[in-house]
Amino acid sequence: MSPRSSINVSLKINGRDHDVTSPGCDTLLDILRDKLGMTGTKKGCDMGACGACTVLAGGRRIKSCLALAASYDGRSITTIEGIGTLDKLHPLQAAFIRHDALQCGYCTPGQILSGLALLDEKPGDLAAIREGMSGNLCRCGAHPNIVAAIAEVAGL
Amino acid sequence: MKSPSFQYSRAADVSDAFIQCSRPGTAFVAGGTDLLQLWKAGAIAPEGVVDISRLPLDAIEFTDGQLRLGALARLSDVATHPDVTRDHPLIAKAILASASGQIRNMATVGGNLLQRTRCPYFRTEGLACNKRTPGSGCGALSGENRQAALFGASTSCVATHASDLAVALTALDAEVEVFGAAGRRRFPLPDLYRLPAETPERETSLTAGELITGIHIPSASRFAARSTYLKVRDRASFEFAVVSVAAVLHVESGRIVEAGLAAGGVAPLPWRLTRSEAVLVGRAPDAQAIAAAGDMAVEHARPLAHNGFKIALLRNAVIRALQTIGSQP
Repeated sequence: MSPRSSINVSLKINGRDHDVTSPGCDTLLDILRDKLGMTGTKKGCDMGACGACTVLAGGRRIKSCLALAASYDGRSITTIEGIGTLDKLHPLQAAFIRHDALQCGYCTPGQILSGLALLDEKPGDLAAIREGMSGNLCRCGAHPNIVAAIAEVAGL
Repeated sequence: MKSPSFQYSRAADVSDAFIQCSRPGTAFVAGGTDLLQLWKAGAIAPEGVVDISRLPLDAIEFTDGQLRLGALARLSDVATHPDVTRDHPLIAKAILASASGQIRNMATVGGNLLQRTRCPYFRTEGLACNKRTPGSGCGALSGENRQAALFGASTSCVATHASDLAVALTALDAEVEVFGAAGRRRFPLPDLYRLPAETPERETSLTAGELITGIHIPSASRFAARSTYLKVRDRASFEFAVVSVAAVLHVESGRIVEAGLAAGGVAPLPWRLTRSEAVLVGRAPDAQAIAAAGDMAVEHARPLAHNGFKIALLRNAVIRALQTIGSQP
């Protein structure tokens, strides 16, 4: 094996199996965007600070820019492409639109995936939503509306 | 600039992990939250990365009041584990004050304890840093040093350790269990870390290939009603501590019989406040005793140009933490 050889990674993404051959240092984010053409997951800071790259791994939210793809071999991944359809939005997506929870929209896929995972954690109040969403930055400043959208779906 | 690539391999078991990572230029990866940042920032350039994330070291075990955290337990799993929230609320609180929901789902206990400093001179290519490039000098010493250490620093390095969990574990007398050339070893958590002195690039007492396998925390049920983690930071969430304090008290018949105090953000390692602990024992948790503990916490502090404010902050954080738990029924 050459020192920089590629490795095979099998991922179940949004319910479909994908096999990718990739350098071992590729992140999950790079594979999603550059190898599989699934560009709904966004690259913001690429350093774990902004949350634009948030996806679910086994139902738990992670930052795909800090995830070595090889470490997730065999795992189930959910990206924004697996959430809702144009005809039938996920309730959280519909709530984001109702609450005007975005301007440019670049951070939105990450906000939606992070919000979905947070809803599973059953936040008890608005403060818990604000705290729970601190890993997702919105440079347009839509944070109050994002919190309101998640609160509505949470029934708060 | 794109970081140089590395070879990826998986460890089959703990011995294999040790053998693979004994080679120079090799690094472990578990959650990856610190390693990938360091690699992308050019602070490290490993030839090989050994993935230990699949090793069976993620158990959280509670036996006769004692807690053992597997090195690969995820921070979020520790913080929400019913035995931890019931008997070790300090640990849960410190973890929930750390990072963000996404990072806590990825980061492991062992990786958290071994995270590298957040000092910007270490994390930014082209700036002088003896940790990153030995002999290049410490840029923070006479530069931007608002976050720098008050204790334990040297003229080679003034960086602080950023783990919240390590501060809580230090106050609770936790021990680290490691595996390496010397077989299995177990020692108090503070002994994991080395003070920078003239070799700040050597941060831990681990030998080549040695890995943390678990953390042992003695029973803390006597502190359960009187424990707190106070973290002071520049924003309310997803931020490292400017100063933090972990505090536990055991009070019987109105007198403190045992105190555990440690501070974060003020030293190259979790900083045990032994003199503050000593001044509390035998006294009632009243204003005078608490003030004395605050004063003791900042004795021998050595501030730089921009971090002198941390002295008052640390003293007051110790006082507030003790007020919070001292007044419990």
